[in-house]
Amino acid sequence: MATRPRINQVRLRVYQVLLLALVLGAWHVLTQPGLLPNFYFSADNRAAFFFGEPLKVAGRIVDWFVGGEIYGHLWITLVETALAFAIGSISGLLIGLWLGLSPMASAILDPYIKAANSMPRVVLAPIFAVWFGLGMWSKVALGVTLVFFIVFFNVYQGVREVSPNILANARMLGANRRQLLSAIYLPSAMSWVFASLHNAVGLAFVGAVVGEYLGSARGVGYLILQAETTFDINTVFAGIFVLTAFALLLDGAVGVIERRLMTWQPRAAETERT
Amino acid sequence: MATPALALRDITCRFPSPDGQGTYTAVADTTLVIEAGQFVSVVGPTGCGKSTLLNVAAGLLAPSSGTVEVFGEPMVFDGQVNRRAGYMFQSDALMPWRNAIGNVVAGLEFRGVPKREAVEQGQEWLRRVGLAGFGDRYPHHLSGGMRKRLALAQTLILDPDILLMDEPFSALDVQTRQLMENELLALWAADRKTVLFITHDLEEAIALSDRVVALSAGPATRPIGDFAIELDRPRDVAEIRMEPGFLTYHRQIWDVMKEEVLKAYAKQRAA
Repeated sequence: MATRPRINQVRLRVYQVLLLALVLGAWHVLTQPGLLPNFYFSADNRAAFFFGEPLKVAGRIVDWFVGGEIYGHLWITLVETALAFAIGSISGLLIGLWLGLSPMASAILDPYIKAANSMPRVVLAPIFAVWFGLGMWSKVALGVTLVFFIVFFNVYQGVREVSPNILANARMLGANRRQLLSAIYLPSAMSWVFASLHNAVGLAFVGAVVGEYLGSARGVGYLILQAETTFDINTVFAGIFVLTAFALLLDGAVGVIERRLMTWQPRAAETERT
Repeated sequence: MATPALALRDITCRFPSPDGQGTYTAVADTTLVIEAGQFVSVVGPTGCGKSTLLNVAAGLLAPSSGTVEVFGEPMVFDGQVNRRAGYMFQSDALMPWRNAIGNVVAGLEFRGVPKREAVEQGQEWLRRVGLAGFGDRYPHHLSGGMRKRLALAQTLILDPDILLMDEPFSALDVQTRQLMENELLALWAADRKTVLFITHDLEEAIALSDRVVALSAGPATRPIGDFAIELDRPRDVAEIRMEPGFLTYHRQIWDVMKEEVLKAYAKQRAA
């Protein structure tokens, strides 16, 4: 890696900001009514109707946060996401450990797990709406079905790939079955769990928003749905940007926890620079 | 005669062969009796089933036939390992998610020793293997030699009556290896545990041991020579190699082994 030239960090940031400005600028110029002669749409305000206007989108986001309208919706969506994430990953971890350690159970359940995983689980949303109503829990249930399999498969894989040497060593050191679970299998599976949590948090969000979108009375997905029915494209974009920002924040939080808990893992950049 | 520390009698180990048809006999009718306090090395060509034998002694692997006695008590292979033995593996078996002190105290922790006492003993062992001050390092921060010393401390802290070692130093460079061998001898001299040391390196075997057992090439490995090494202790593994007595032993054992090594080599080339 030493021969590869290091990119100047400051310059990198400048380029990234420039790229963003370029895209937003193009968006603005192409959609602002009357700014450019029409070359595709027949009327001045058509481009804005279909693609929104960045200034109005920004204004909408500011209104939301200043006026306080967004907080209730955002809170609901985030709570749904957090619950789906927590329930899905903990159950994925536990069942992954169980099936990883008992070959008989995993052999019996194998085809059903494969089927459940390949099923497009978003179609379960209407069923969950019937079971759990249109409140929070139907969205949480949808998120759980998405999160669970990601974490489950990673833990399952992780448990089965525990080094036989480390296992034999722990047994020679006197570990019983329970101690093997807590001292070997669990920590070994954790690195796989964390690899999957980044995906899982995104999917928990997807579950919450899609659930809201399909039928709800609160949440950011509901805001987007409302705006869409009135062809308010600016509000739809505003909702998308708010969701993106919070998805990034959640992912960052997982990253922080990961670095805190996984200090034992070698990092390529860390080992060479002292 | 005193009860031997470890007695493997008529051990045969058969495995299903890789093609799924028939069986492969790794070890055949091997008897190996080790007196308490003896340092015994088993040498043999690569892939001859040395590790299989060690796994049987550790209780990790049940033999197809034959019996194992540990200090006179017959071992039952019911998932319980040999509780009087410590095992040092050929490749890394440290827990990468635990730091050095966490690895050293693992065995005490499994036995339910209170944490404070365990850590105290752990620090003492880290000091003894020259890793004082490295307690908070994780295995990937340590060099190969340091990891071996850590593994040695991890095994010895439980004070096992029998020490099983599977080519523990084979991955180290020559200098580190000789240092480790000397350290092992020094630690061993302190309380003279029974050691069963597996290696493919004849010089290492002679330099360390009271007794060297040579194995035939696989399949169906069995002992083909048993030599008492009567060189003075304490020994320095680097210097002892120059002594005439050492060379005599080397020649004697090599005469027995040469054919087997060539056989194993020919077989590997054919495969």
